[in-house]
Amino acid sequence: MKTSNIGARRFAIYDRTVAVILGASALAGCVQIDTPDKPIEINLNINIRQEVVYRLDGDAKKLIEQNSEIF
Amino acid sequence: MGKKKMTKTMWKPTGLALAAIVATAAVAFAVPSAMAQRDPAYAAARAAGQVGEQPDGYLGFATTPTPAIRALVQDLNIKRKAAYTASAQSTGSTVEQFAFTSGCNLISQTKAGEKYQTPSGAWKTRDGSPPERDARCP
Repeated sequence: MKTSNIGARRFAIYDRTVAVILGASALAGCVQIDTPDKPIEINLNINIRQEVVYRLDGDAKKLIEQNSEIF
Repeated sequence: MGKKKMTKTMWKPTGLALAAIVATAAVAFAVPSAMAQRDPAYAAARAAGQVGEQPDGYLGFATTPTPAIRALVQDLNIKRKAAYTASAQSTGSTVEQFAFTSGCNLISQTKAGEKYQTPSGAWKTRDGSPPERDARCP
């Protein structure tokens, strides 16, 4: 009875150790996510779509013509 | 005698008014033509390839500018931004969109020998061939 009790306690300790190791490795896994070496680039040009450029083209030409001293 | 003097005094204001009209007309004609011309220093910097057109609709420096050229270009870019802002508002677009569309046109309008910036950021000298522009340019 006593020996089996010790055995059970030992198993419980083992279980806890395994759980701690697993938890630690899981945490380590979380921490070790690599940051990209290149800076994150946000392309602002995404706001300028070709259809918009086509729509504004006539007005842009007019502006350039009427303000030729600054262009 | 007195009558003659009177007619003279009556004509004087008319003559002045006429002169004023002529002067106003001359100014009205002279001002737009003067406005439409580039600042000689800017024209020279452009022709020399020191200043060029960027894809974003603003002027940039192809080579390190002198303080005078830098100030000149900054002033022109501020004026351009004001013009783009007004046009963007009237067309319901953003300043960046309008400036970019203008940039497409301004690069197209560069003359041989003038500088422009390619979409990759490199400065090129315009020659007889079509300029290298952004794929979204009309």
